[in-house]
Amino acid sequence: MTITTVGDYQLHVDGEGFLTEYDEWDEAVGEKLANQIDITMTDAHWKAIRFLREDFVEQGETATLRRVSTIGGIPIKELFELFPGKPAKKMAYIAGLPKPRGCV
Amino acid sequence: MRKLLVLGAGTAGTMLVNRLRRRLHPLLWHITVVDESQQHVYQPGLLMVPFGQLSSDQLTQPRSRFIPDGVELVYGQIDRVDTSARLVRLTNGRRLAYDQLVIATGVRPRPDQTPGMLGPQWRKSIFDFYTVDGAIALAEALRRLEHGRVVVHIAEMPIKCPVAPLEFAFLADAYFRERGMRDRIELVYATPLPAAFTKPVAAQQLGDLLDEKKIQLEPDFVVERIDPEAKLLVSYDGREVPFDLLVTVPVNMGGDYLARSGLGNELNCVPVDKRTFLAKGHKDIFALGDVADLPTSKAGSVAHFSVDVFVDNFLRHIAAAPMTENFDGHANCFVETGDGKALLLDFDYDTEPLPGHFPLPVIGPFPLLRESRLNHWGKRAFRWVYWNLLLPGRLPHRRKGNDHHHGG
Repeated sequence: MTITTVGDYQLHVDGEGFLTEYDEWDEAVGEKLANQIDITMTDAHWKAIRFLREDFVEQGETATLRRVSTIGGIPIKELFELFPGKPAKKMAYIAGLPKPRGCV
Repeated sequence: MRKLLVLGAGTAGTMLVNRLRRRLHPLLWHITVVDESQQHVYQPGLLMVPFGQLSSDQLTQPRSRFIPDGVELVYGQIDRVDTSARLVRLTNGRRLAYDQLVIATGVRPRPDQTPGMLGPQWRKSIFDFYTVDGAIALAEALRRLEHGRVVVHIAEMPIKCPVAPLEFAFLADAYFRERGMRDRIELVYATPLPAAFTKPVAAQQLGDLLDEKKIQLEPDFVVERIDPEAKLLVSYDGREVPFDLLVTVPVNMGGDYLARSGLGNELNCVPVDKRTFLAKGHKDIFALGDVADLPTSKAGSVAHFSVDVFVDNFLRHIAAAPMTENFDGHANCFVETGDGKALLLDFDYDTEPLPGHFPLPVIGPFPLLRESRLNHWGKRAFRWVYWNLLLPGRLPHRRKGNDHHHGG
């Protein structure tokens, strides 16, 4: 585990830069993390990220795209527009959550 | 008399009732198992059917043959579980009460979940192989194919037997080579995963095999719809993968009755404690096998290892004692790589697949993570083991230890 500096924040991250401490995150940190991967946060982005944060508390793991879509009510198509390329991974990164388990 | 009700007489349910009937006193516990069909399908064999290596009549046996005396087998479709009344309603109106319920109805392919899949090209140029009908239809299509682009595709993870589509691609490569037509076939592997497989070590090894066999990898491909007229897979990010023959693994979901009963997650799988299989929020409901929402593979081996852990825990649970056994997510699977060879993967919640040997009793040990003919024959012999030792609950499971973390 390593510590990285994002803006004024010292954050614990894993080898790929995903935050490992749930409580080190707040929305200001999320904003900074989003900037690192060239995403400018809008209300639509926040709706997805807030869902992920809340769902993680209940489930203990990062929601899949299907879960964000069926439970969180944001269509997968829209997630691909908001977080292009690899939405599940990008959302987890911004939300300060573990990389979604690669499904086994 | 107390009642144990098991939903599903597949791999997990059948093993479980065999093991528990021997451990629960016949005067104290009545055991009932429910299934909607009378035939038990040997699912690992489905992979061989499209290549003419196994006929469909070698795949099924009557379910009743594997249910022991002293267990009531009920055929019927489940309408819903009424958890507050502790009973299960069947669609024919019958009600089955329970003191303890084990859900083991598995998952099945749902082609209806991807727009365009069940259109005019279904079973014409679009096939699945996780069903007996699908595997038979695909065998015929492969026999007729003379040239073109064959796309092997996974709609969404998780799926049961997650290596099966890769094996299909390897076996298809060998099949076309044997028939002297490999140069007229383009083989593509389209997956929502970032690589050939999930576990990094295995993904590397299996990815190398794809390269070696000239199978193109289309990673991070999350299908949005199929255009059956243009014969295209279209992803959410706008990529198009054309096909002449599509071999798809549709979205896998648990039974709709679980959603109706408030027991399923977004894929109708049952959220459980991953160490004990107790359904979250319940004290008298467990889920075993593919239908459980466990972070390990959906596979027969997991069902087998789960039942081992579960039986002892269950006996404690009904005696109002704490469940002390912990399931570790142990999974293993033979991966057919074509040309009569296979490799063997073995991993759990915390351990990546390792090289070494797996000491499967009776027919092992087998080399791990390495192609060998022995592994191929191990997979073949497994059909006999399945019917004669595994389902009747007579295949011992040696707990993972140091015994196979060396050598190789």
